Amino acid sequence: MNGLRRTTLLGLAGAALIFQPQTAGAEELTVMATGGAWQAALHQAWFEPFAKKTGIKFNEQEYTGELGKIKAMVETGNVPIDLVTVETSTVLQGCDAGVLIHLDYSKIADRSKFLPGTALDCGVGIDVYGDVLAYDTTVLKEAPTSVLDIFDTKKFPGKRAMRKAPAQNLEWALMADGVPIADVYKVLGTPEGVDRAFNKLDTIKNDIVWWDAGAQPPQLLASKEVVMTTAWNGRIQSAIDHDNRPFAIVWNDQIVEYDMIAIPKGAKNLDLAYKYLAYAAEPEVSAQLGRYIPYGPVLADATPFVPKDVLPKLPTAPDHMKTYLVGDVEFWGDNGEDLVKRFNAWLAQ
Amino acid sequence: MSSIALPRLRTRDQRESLRPFALATPLLLLLFFSFGAPIAALLSRAVYEPTIANALPRAIAALKQDSGAGVPDEPVFLAFAADLKEAQAQGSVQEFAKSLNTRLSGARSQVLRIARNAGQEQATSKEAMIKASPLLGEPRFWAAIREGANRFTSFFLLSAFDLRWTDQGTIGAVPADQAVFVRVFGRTFLIATVVTLSTLALAFPLAYLMTNLRPAIAGIVLVLVLLPFWTSILVRTAAWTVILQKYGLLNDLLLWLGLTSQRLELMYSRTGLIIAMTHIQLPFTLLPIYSVMRSVPPSQLRAAQSLGAQPFTAFWRVYLPQVMPGVLAGCLLTFILCLGYYITPVLIGGASDQLISNFIANYVNAELNWEMAAALSFVLLASTLGLYVTMTRFFGLDLFKMG
Repeated sequence: MNGLRRTTLLGLAGAALIFQPQTAGAEELTVMATGGAWQAALHQAWFEPFAKKTGIKFNEQEYTGELGKIKAMVETGNVPIDLVTVETSTVLQGCDAGVLIHLDYSKIADRSKFLPGTALDCGVGIDVYGDVLAYDTTVLKEAPTSVLDIFDTKKFPGKRAMRKAPAQNLEWALMADGVPIADVYKVLGTPEGVDRAFNKLDTIKNDIVWWDAGAQPPQLLASKEVVMTTAWNGRIQSAIDHDNRPFAIVWNDQIVEYDMIAIPKGAKNLDLAYKYLAYAAEPEVSAQLGRYIPYGPVLADATPFVPKDVLPKLPTAPDHMKTYLVGDVEFWGDNGEDLVKRFNAWLAQ
Repeated sequence: MSSIALPRLRTRDQRESLRPFALATPLLLLLFFSFGAPIAALLSRAVYEPTIANALPRAIAALKQDSGAGVPDEPVFLAFAADLKEAQAQGSVQEFAKSLNTRLSGARSQVLRIARNAGQEQATSKEAMIKASPLLGEPRFWAAIREGANRFTSFFLLSAFDLRWTDQGTIGAVPADQAVFVRVFGRTFLIATVVTLSTLALAFPLAYLMTNLRPAIAGIVLVLVLLPFWTSILVRTAAWTVILQKYGLLNDLLLWLGLTSQRLELMYSRTGLIIAMTHIQLPFTLLPIYSVMRSVPPSQLRAAQSLGAQPFTAFWRVYLPQVMPGVLAGCLLTFILCLGYYITPVLIGGASDQLISNFIANYVNAELNWEMAAALSFVLLASTLGLYVTMTRFFGLDLFKMG
């Protein structure tokens, strides 16, 4: 009897612990990022130092980078996330769908200090990365000199991998078809231009293996499933630096993009979220990420603080910026849904 | 006496027949609130999309006054600008722009430009608005608005069949380069059929063998079949990638045996997908067949043969009709489960092997177009239910009564 009462009491105490309402005093911030080597780098460069500095408890979660999950949270009115990392095109989408809030830059930093296109209404840039070409130096005897070599099946026979999405691939297809970089989005904005891009992709369609997740390109290279692959530069660099893979990166004709961080609508710790955004927008802090993964800062003033040995690995290193295209978010916001559908129809043919 | 007793008897009967329902009430309520209602709410999005109607009360009222089709007159443009100005102030203009962009690609940025201008009291005449956003001068823009003015829409369901309303007000096909869903539905049913037949080809002989084995050995075979059944589908799919990849176990084995001269492309191909799905689905086809086969006495076959039937005739006319319910139940189960496959096509299938679930997931997660996802889900659910009803009607099969 006594024992029974004790277990009941224990159970009640346990239940009380579980259902304990969050007290206002305990400062907690929950951030959701896309995992992998990148989130580990975010943790080391920013999350942990911020938590130490302010005494705020930092909760981390992972997701796939697709906004469906956050939309579901917003629609049900239960948003346990205060900050979320997103791709640039996703920021636009989240803004449109009313999933991300419009940021108040007066609480973050001077908007003009950011690189053009990295301080958006609903998201603020955190790093610069490159969509590049990667290959295994032990497999390819001759090194490709441009990302566009992925279209050259004579010189580089064998399977090649590309991201299963129209973005970047259509741009590269036009560039490979001779469209000057400055005109890529102008041409892609016309029906003839879209046809032209798909026709170019047609020439290598049978040789393409498609990847979905950023972790796949290094795996596809390592298992020798493909001879070359498009990839995010950090994932390949991480495989080279940490797993000693004999991979190499081709930078010419890379597409430069930005990672962003945003606040979902209904976030509970708004002030803390802004406090974090302001912290991460300090030039010296902003430069820290490069130590852990070779992605560059989005603040012009941050470059002097980037460690010297990291600079040559960044997408923004002078050597890597000989020819490059900056991804046009507005273009994809307008045409993304139709082009994705057409891309899927094209894949199915 | 009897005239009084009769009604009492009837009420007791009714009470008797209600009792099972009363006992099941908690379960039914749970099913309704946690399953039926949310699904119905989500599916209703396929036909109910009020974003455009909510954002443009003035413009829609003005459109009703406006004469005929095509590009409307000045008052509608002014009302449109006023609506956008208000939506801009409320922060809902982007939702409207996205919703319109789904129906008319490229509308998003032009609408947002008009909204920005309206907010700053710029370009407020029809001429100036068309100059700023040329799309507003095209009839198809206003056709999309008129269509969106109706909160109940057939747009998404039609899209699920690669159809749309044409400018003439008839239903027509979407342009060939946008037509994808009919092909994907066809592919989903094709792959489900092939996998179902493959599992049947493997399961039928195996089940027959198991019924004729000594019980102890049959038990071991059953455990071997069930072992992978108890493993997570994700783990089994990942295991197949190890086996099927270019430098994987199967290719190594085939080369070593000298059966092939070069490595086969099994990963990211339909062959690989069907192999993996067949393996995963095998127990679902096998178990119903096995359970029915065990209930058929072997003495019947011997009796048929002793009465002069050839072995094949005995099998065809005596055995098969009796095990047919199990075969149908197993096949139906596998077929329906195959229609909903998601993770295996992602990991093993190639780009042209993605099934309808992959597209639904894409619209839910990536495109945030839940209306399209709901429409596709509705078509999938309806065709699955239709198939089930057909099978139960025409083959007298009832899954709920299967032992």
